[in-house]
Amino acid sequence: MYVAVKGGEAAIRNAHKLLADRRRGDRDVAPIQLDQIVEQMSLAVDRVMAEGSLYDPELAALAIKQARGDLIEAIFLVRAYRTTLPRFGYTKALETAQMQIERRISATFKDLPGGQLLGPTFDYTHRLLDPELAEDAPIEAPDQREEPEVFTPRVTDILGHDGMIEEDGELPEGAVAGDLTREPLTFPLERDLRLQALARGDEGFLLGLAYSTQRGYARSHPFVGEIRIGEVEIELDVAELDFPLTLGTIRVTECQMVNQFKGSAKQPPQFTRGYGLVFGQSERKAMSMSLCDRALRARELGEDITATAQDEEFVISHSDNVQSTGFVEHLKLPHYVDFQAELDLIRRMRAEHEHNRLAGVETKEAAE
Amino acid sequence: MIKEDTQSTKTGSGPDLQRKAAMALLAQATAPEIAAFWAGWGDKPEVETLRGPETGLVMLRGRIGGAGAPFNLGEATVTRATVRLGNGAVGHAYALGRHREKVRLAAVFDALWQQPECREAVEEVVLAPIADRLERNRTLKHAETAATKVDFFTMVRGDD
Repeated sequence: MYVAVKGGEAAIRNAHKLLADRRRGDRDVAPIQLDQIVEQMSLAVDRVMAEGSLYDPELAALAIKQARGDLIEAIFLVRAYRTTLPRFGYTKALETAQMQIERRISATFKDLPGGQLLGPTFDYTHRLLDPELAEDAPIEAPDQREEPEVFTPRVTDILGHDGMIEEDGELPEGAVAGDLTREPLTFPLERDLRLQALARGDEGFLLGLAYSTQRGYARSHPFVGEIRIGEVEIELDVAELDFPLTLGTIRVTECQMVNQFKGSAKQPPQFTRGYGLVFGQSERKAMSMSLCDRALRARELGEDITATAQDEEFVISHSDNVQSTGFVEHLKLPHYVDFQAELDLIRRMRAEHEHNRLAGVETKEAAE
Repeated sequence: MIKEDTQSTKTGSGPDLQRKAAMALLAQATAPEIAAFWAGWGDKPEVETLRGPETGLVMLRGRIGGAGAPFNLGEATVTRATVRLGNGAVGHAYALGRHREKVRLAAVFDALWQQPECREAVEEVVLAPIADRLERNRTLKHAETAATKVDFFTMVRGDD
């Protein structure tokens, strides 16, 4: 018999009131403002935009504030919000070659057009806590240098000419980019859908998998061909106008991973590539994404599939932290009836077990 | 769908590019900036809102490998509005973000820009300051990034 019960309304109401109070914390401390989060917690904002799969810094900041800094909860809030809005269309593909660059480095070529631009990086810091930041010490304005603005080609375009490296990935003629927010995923996937899933995938999960490829599981000898961070223009075709409209600019991080490939029956030895593109300034995520992208191309490149990072269904099915947290965390919700049923089952099994044991003893005795 | 005013260009040539550039600047105006331009605008026309301002999403696309086949990267919030002035001129605006009043005013200025008698004023009073600000930001960012450029040099070898 199934008996529906309800209860806990007052408890839930009071729990949420308590949550609001604890979120605010000590009233003698000034409440944090959204512009402070956008400006001073900008990489947290970027992560929420990337994994929430929605570019809107103020919304991400609100989500972070509401989630008390729990970024996965914030990502969940952003994902829920997006379902309330209509879709106006698909933009034109953004042109990372035209990016206004804020950082651009290559680990494969020292001298390249446009140079190595370190930008605002944690690299080469000593990772020592800075007590001065605890105070409100004034910050010096950054240095400036006069340099002509030159076109900064992607490293892979420079390498591409002599066939030493494979070309940008193409889909079959006439293929339209898949959209996992519109159609449920069915495996196997094409690379476009994998990249969409990876771009919104959990940074920690992808980082761990990327690391596993370096430790020998699906080893692929990677080099960072290029990482670039900066702003790109977004253009949209709309029905009411005959030209694409510029909607503004967004910041993205792009990673071109270059990997050794010994060749196959189909292809000569050459460098292959993994690709990462992520909202905001998010180098670790873009690098992890490109390593996972490359590992997941095993089938396409005719490589043996031996490691977890190459297992498309495993990686993509578990990379979304909203799905993961939903299923893991649902376990804490009341399962009283399910558990009661299991309890009954265990009792019956134990009784049977005991019965069989005694029966066994009797037969054994009888045999003796 | 909203009928485009007859003076809107359908040729895909020069005038289109000019309006595209104007609308790109309006999309990148800040909300306070464009509100100030509107507050300072003499002889305000009657404005009727035909659509919005309404906020929705666009799916942003990247390209595999940077320049290969497109893939869907993730969404962004976009706000759009369409207005009609007292004289019948229609203006559109689309911009990233959720600033409804900003986008409504951008549509008003788009409609005004299409009036030959207003275009110069819109360009001087509204578009030029936005373009100046964007250019100043761009130059500053470029110079700040350029200061972090690595200058490699060869260590002097002591073997000669």
